[in-house]
Amino acid sequence: MSTETETTTAKAPAKANERPKYGPQHRGGGPMGHGQGTGEKAVSFGPSMRRLLGHLRPELPRIIAVIAMTLVATIGNAVGPVILGQATNIIYDATVVTRTPIDFTGLGRTLLTALAVYLVFFVLMWASGFIINTIVQRSVYRMRNEVADKITRLPLKYFDGQPRGELLSRVTNDVDNISQSLQQTLSQILNNLFTLLGVLVMMFYVSWVLALVALITIPIAGGVTMVIGKRSQKLFAKTWKATGELNSQIEEAYSGHDLVTVFGRRREVAEQFRAKNAELFDASFGAQFISGIIMPVMFFVGNLNYVVVAVVGGLMVTGGTLTIGGVQAFIQYSRMFTQPITALASMANLLQSGVASAERVFEVLDAEEETPDEHGSLPVPVKGRVEFEHVTFSYTPDKPLITDLSLVAQPGSTVAIVGPTGAGKTTLVNLILRFYDVQAGRITLDGIDIASVPRRELREQIGMVLQDTWLFGGTIRDNIAYGKDGATEEEILAAAKATYVDRFVHSLPEGYDTVINEEASNLSAGEKQLITIARAFLSEPTVLILDEATSSVDTRTELLVQRAMGKLRADRTSFVIAHRLSTIRDADVILVMEDGAIVEQGNHVELLAAQGHYYRLYQAQFAAAITDEEDAA
Amino acid sequence: MIRLLMRFLRPYFPQVGGVIALQLVQVTASLFLPSINALIIDQGVAKGDTAYIWRMGALMLGVSIVQVVGQVGAAWFGARSAMAFGRDLRQAIFDRALTFSSKEVNAFGAPSLITRNTNDVQQVQMLVLMTAIMIVSAPLMMVGGVFMALREDVGLSWLILVAVVVLGTIIGILASQMTPLFKTMQVRIDTLNRVLREQISGLRVIRAFVREPTEAARFDRANHELADTATRAGRRMMTMFPAVFAVMNLSSVAVVWFGAFRIASGDLQVGQLTAYISYLSLILMSVMMATMMLMIAPRAAVAAGRINEVLETSSSVVPPANPVTTVSRHGELAFSRVSFAYPGASQPVLEDVTFAVRPGATTAIIGSTGAGKTTLVNLVPRLFDATSGTVSVDGVDVRDLDPDLLWSRVGLVPQRPYLFSGTVASNLRLGKPDATDAELWHALEVAQARDFVERMPDGLDSAISQGGTNVSGGQRQRLAIARALVRRPEIYVFDDSFSALDVATDAALRAALANETADAAVLVVAQRVSTIRSAEQIVVLEDGHIVGIGTHEELVATCETYAEIVESQFKNEEVAA
Repeated sequence: MSTETETTTAKAPAKANERPKYGPQHRGGGPMGHGQGTGEKAVSFGPSMRRLLGHLRPELPRIIAVIAMTLVATIGNAVGPVILGQATNIIYDATVVTRTPIDFTGLGRTLLTALAVYLVFFVLMWASGFIINTIVQRSVYRMRNEVADKITRLPLKYFDGQPRGELLSRVTNDVDNISQSLQQTLSQILNNLFTLLGVLVMMFYVSWVLALVALITIPIAGGVTMVIGKRSQKLFAKTWKATGELNSQIEEAYSGHDLVTVFGRRREVAEQFRAKNAELFDASFGAQFISGIIMPVMFFVGNLNYVVVAVVGGLMVTGGTLTIGGVQAFIQYSRMFTQPITALASMANLLQSGVASAERVFEVLDAEEETPDEHGSLPVPVKGRVEFEHVTFSYTPDKPLITDLSLVAQPGSTVAIVGPTGAGKTTLVNLILRFYDVQAGRITLDGIDIASVPRRELREQIGMVLQDTWLFGGTIRDNIAYGKDGATEEEILAAAKATYVDRFVHSLPEGYDTVINEEASNLSAGEKQLITIARAFLSEPTVLILDEATSSVDTRTELLVQRAMGKLRADRTSFVIAHRLSTIRDADVILVMEDGAIVEQGNHVELLAAQGHYYRLYQAQFAAAITDEEDAA
Repeated sequence: MIRLLMRFLRPYFPQVGGVIALQLVQVTASLFLPSINALIIDQGVAKGDTAYIWRMGALMLGVSIVQVVGQVGAAWFGARSAMAFGRDLRQAIFDRALTFSSKEVNAFGAPSLITRNTNDVQQVQMLVLMTAIMIVSAPLMMVGGVFMALREDVGLSWLILVAVVVLGTIIGILASQMTPLFKTMQVRIDTLNRVLREQISGLRVIRAFVREPTEAARFDRANHELADTATRAGRRMMTMFPAVFAVMNLSSVAVVWFGAFRIASGDLQVGQLTAYISYLSLILMSVMMATMMLMIAPRAAVAAGRINEVLETSSSVVPPANPVTTVSRHGELAFSRVSFAYPGASQPVLEDVTFAVRPGATTAIIGSTGAGKTTLVNLVPRLFDATSGTVSVDGVDVRDLDPDLLWSRVGLVPQRPYLFSGTVASNLRLGKPDATDAELWHALEVAQARDFVERMPDGLDSAISQGGTNVSGGQRQRLAIARALVRRPEIYVFDDSFSALDVATDAALRAALANETADAAVLVVAQRVSTIRSAEQIVVLEDGHIVGIGTHEELVATCETYAEIVESQFKNEEVAA
């Protein structure tokens, strides 16, 4: 009778193993929400898996501890039921066999032993769970930092070439998915593997014939899991895909809500949504159903195995080749046998999703980095003479953008760049700051090739104010202080006063401590631009790059922006992507760019006299403004 | 949450009933299995009765088949009703949100609406699914287990009570600690995301100012905080299962010990003892499943609340009951004593605005940021409705017009030109799906976008990413203008649509537009005097009031605000001269 006790107890871990089955589904809420398909099948499971494990290497001592603990715990798990069985035997012998009073001292001792074994088992499992948790969290923390580090070494080309959300989701969703799957599998895989091995040994020890019979279950169980797993994998991949597509439909419909309304597209949009939603339903229903039947089917296979073993075992007992106790023990072990297989199978599924995510992370880690810094250095102090010598550059090889461009900017002079959109004005900025490197020719600062000095040293000499006002989610003070490491309060205030930031900051209730929120919607576009100017002002650069476009800035603030930029330019070599007449007239050199080439070069008066490109641009654009001015005067 | 569940699960009540029935079958079958197992060993194997083994084996297989059929069936109906529930809920939210006016969309915020439509639905759907395939069987198993256990022996039932209470308490404590930890974790994940998003979008600035070390430290801090919380949540998670085993094992030991006394006093048989342990395990298992509910239900309830907010909000812009479906095609637009205020706001955005826009003429609106310009033009296609006063097209109040008719007459180029993912052509055809390629090229030419579209790898079929992020701001604006042109509406609304263009393109575009929109009424919002000085009529807005209407020359002479704007712009222009 002891058999059943043990059988039942042995069921416990198997039931526990059910949990991971729900793990990935539950987790689904996360990545799905971002339209991220982490469920697709891993392309090259083996190498990626090894690489993922490689990331766990720094945790080796902990891993060894976990393995040791799990081993002991598994033995405890196997021994526990046996001791409890002995206790049952004491009662059984006393009441059924010998019909003597129960030996309560002996029973108590046995049960205390069982209790002790279970306690050790509990402590070990608990401790190893703790350690695994630490291992996983530490590894994941490292992995996230690794990706973040990598991002600082990637060239801008990498970011310009792919949507931001994609990269973001790799650092968060995918890393998170890796963490979940590792956490859930690491603790269970070892446990189940040891149990499986231990049980297998015991089975062969009891009866090799029966063991072989029981082994038939493995291919059946394996086959069933494979077939179901493959199908569910496909369906899950489809689900991720449909979810991603549906989510982007939702995102677009809401982001472009006004347009959908005004262009009278509500019906069509709702129709598209309905179709995609139905598609998602089909896929997700299939996936959930299929994955929901793995466990019942495996239980059924287990029961099948039970019956076969019972029949064959019964025949062997009749034939005298096996004792009853042997069969009892065997049946119990064969019960313990199918459960780890089922658990391992579902674990493999889960791991696969983790490895698919790992691959996406590895792709980022493997991306080509910027060329390493050279070790040259700039003269001290830097005067600010910038020269382009026969520079050629293009973003894509088949579309030349800048060819054989030469120009000189003397220290302290202002170079204005004008030309139509797409003429390559922004590209010059990218090249001077070495966001991109030239393909031929060279750019020098005070005669030194900028490619021969560390980027850091070069960029410390250059200040930048872009059309796209990037501010981070901190206070106004912090954002200004961003221009200079360890800036003092006085320096910050001085920069703020010089660039008119001080004026509007005083009208804010929190003053310099006003926190700029994520969309920076608490400041106007002009105010944001002033802050970026203050930031550049504080950094005291030798060379300045200004992108002048002041879109959506109201006229009064725009005047301040113009003045602040003027102050910033004083005594600095400045490259100005010009949109305003005042700058162009003022500039020492005006470059007229068209299709990546400089078509004209000179100052305002010279270029007007030449009656070329600049003259025509000028006529087209500013004639009206000048008449206005005369009217107003 | 209950209300939401009832409403959206109602169509699937038969399936839900099926789930419950099948779970009942499945649980009953699983309650029989332990005793059949025991019989095979006790009566069959022990006695060498092969025929008995065959017979009971067949019975056991039969019961197993019933169980597996029950489970698979429950999985079928469960997955089906849960997923259908999710589908319907998603659709309901989406359909509702589409009817919203800008007011409601802004109140929720597009990102929040997106989350509600995706993640929040996912949460509630997951609760339904888990309930259907797992949690439903918990009370059944509990009742069945208790029944079977009591049938074996009533005297030991206090053990069940103690074990259930102990296990419930442990899991309850763990779960109650985990819930706030998971909440914190979500906040930290958001923080990490935000830091990273900033770092990627500000890459040029970070590199130009050589602030990589600062940023690395900032990321590390966020990462560290996340790892900390995740570790603490993980510890509780990892405690869960050892704790469950511990309670199960301890109670098995206790059953044997106390059972021994019952056996000694003759109240219990040995066989019953082992059965008792089986049933106790089943009961504890069901307690565990029920507590899983505790873990997901709070999150789902929060999500359901957020979903309800969307479903219970109705649009402030209601389509007319008896729409006017025909109008003379002139495109005359008139604002009559229009005021607009956000609910609860002390200051109206617009107050008593009256003017008319004549077909074939351009009316420009100028004024500083926050003067109410965008709100004013958004009243035309009814993205908002005026709080008082009327906006009319050809003499018909826009609120009485058939919305489709109204929209077909208005071409809007919004302040933030949004492009949809797809191709250049699919974006241009947004308002006119049957437009020919020639029409598209024509619109592109007018919008000064022909050149760059021609240079794109696939021309009209070149891919546009979501939001139009793969083209520059200036290109985006020009494509948005072309998109409005393709529809050839009678009324054009340009809301600060030329701001990202360089001066040359701006000038060329306005010249080309003048021909194209010759017969149409054009409403232009602008910042710059040079953009609008040739307009037939200029409306000067300040703090929601009209402070001047007239031509450039008139306004310079009569309108102080306008003169000030002109002065500031030209002083600025010519400061260097």
